[in-house]
Amino acid sequence: MSVLLIAEHNNKEIKPFTLNAITAASQIDQDLHVLVIGHSCELVVKSISEVPNVKKVIHVDDEIYENFLPENFTPAVIKNSKNYSHIVCSANTFGKNLMPRIAALLDTSQVSDIIKVISADTFLRPIYAGNAFATVKSTDVKKCITIRPTSFDPATTTGGTAEIVKAEKSEVSNLTKFIKREEVKSDRPELGTARVVISGGRGMGSGDNFKLITAIADKLNAAIGASRAAVDAGYITNDHQVGQTGKVVVPDLYIAVGISGAIQHLAGMKESKIIVAINKDGEAPIFSVADYGLEADLFEALPQLLEELNKLNTIQK
Amino acid sequence: MKILVAVKRVIDYNVQVRVKEDGTGIVTDNVKMSTNPPDDNAIEEAVKIKESGKAKEVVAVTIGEDKAQETVRKALAVGADKGIHVKVDGIIEPLAVSKILQKIVEKEKPDLVFMGKQAIDDDCNQTGQMLAALLNWPQATFASKIEVKDKSLEVTREVDEGLETIETNIPSIVTCDLRLNEPRYASLPNIMKAKKKPLEQINASDLGIDTKPRIEQIKVEEPPKRKAGIKVSNVEELVQKLKNEAKVI
Repeated sequence: MSVLLIAEHNNKEIKPFTLNAITAASQIDQDLHVLVIGHSCELVVKSISEVPNVKKVIHVDDEIYENFLPENFTPAVIKNSKNYSHIVCSANTFGKNLMPRIAALLDTSQVSDIIKVISADTFLRPIYAGNAFATVKSTDVKKCITIRPTSFDPATTTGGTAEIVKAEKSEVSNLTKFIKREEVKSDRPELGTARVVISGGRGMGSGDNFKLITAIADKLNAAIGASRAAVDAGYITNDHQVGQTGKVVVPDLYIAVGISGAIQHLAGMKESKIIVAINKDGEAPIFSVADYGLEADLFEALPQLLEELNKLNTIQK
Repeated sequence: MKILVAVKRVIDYNVQVRVKEDGTGIVTDNVKMSTNPPDDNAIEEAVKIKESGKAKEVVAVTIGEDKAQETVRKALAVGADKGIHVKVDGIIEPLAVSKILQKIVEKEKPDLVFMGKQAIDDDCNQTGQMLAALLNWPQATFASKIEVKDKSLEVTREVDEGLETIETNIPSIVTCDLRLNEPRYASLPNIMKAKKKPLEQINASDLGIDTKPRIEQIKVEEPPKRKAGIKVSNVEELVQKLKNEAKVI
């Protein structure tokens, strides 16, 4: 039994969640191999080979893989999947897009978004926006699994010397053409891995008002999140959305500002270590999950919060 | 052009779900059910494309027990022309759903298949991608904008990093995100008219597909509850608690 993990990267660096997925995959079986498919991604291959949990790296390199199209990735994964009992990937938009295409062609019923490895065939996964946890056992011979990265610690990145092997590219598909990617560049910590997240909701009232959030995020070295309502209203871009169909975050500190706390939002943040809610509606459901609730007008509370933080001698980064 | 839209009946998104005491699943008796929210976006988009003159027919299909027909009736009430209900009882996994949809696609020969990106009950996020694989069609998942061109679609996708735009050949599968459009409500006259629109019933067993689950559900339980928190009276107290009690700043 061996596990094949599909690495997520940008051809230059590993995406951090690949490291969390490596931890989960090595809990399924120690014999973990990583498949790196991309274009001119030698640096990614090298850094994955240095992860101690990884036993072997398979490198498939061609320009057809430059933009990670699932129509091209799928044949390459299937071709390299023969000797493996499990094919795994992290459950973010990359893995969610790719894995079912692979599973269907292998005639496997995929297990999505696992949060715990119970045994090699049994896993825990959230359903109904995390309002229930299901223990499920896969009966397929070859298993396809996606991993919720925030439920596993990232693997150590140095000290390993995994063997690297090159594999041939597979057939090219002309079904889809990549046009463009609009990435929002930011010097802030990434939302999914930040130690502190501060999120704004509909209560922010406008995109401009998010500057109140930004000022505090700067002070706390926090990532900025948002509820779906705030994204729908155009206050902030979609890559900030936290929730059932957005990103799942598990920071040490989550500050929800002007967010009522619909179950779909709670699904994305309620595993955070400490939750703070600032809302003028004392009955808002967000208070039911908050460790510290402050019933206040956010337009008064946020400037005061910044002022209080400025008074502190030291702030953890 | 013909568009097939797959819709699923799920527990309404506003309902706080409860786990059955015996750990066998979720309480569904006397619980409000409705169409999976992003499936409403899928129907809306198909109807809009039809209204723009770029499509001639919209067919809505659902798979499930008898009551699943409600979702097709709703789709008919907001502008779909024809409905299909594939009857199957019990749990049905995305792999089996996509095999059934493959049969429906072979029969109906649509140019596009739309559905929601994810069902809010099992949160699997698989069916569209699986159907695309089985048909060897391109897939445009998490779509927040769709532009229909002559022989292709230009689709903007919501991804973790921001937005991505791809062009897919037609025929194509699109899974729809909640920001794709604003689904309309069905008016009462349209709900009445929808009752006269054709709704075909097919038994899944007649399609020759094994729908037996491959994943055993061993138990369903409530997630660990968070300990009740406290209300603080002002910002100063909040910062002191975060600094000295929670030690997170």
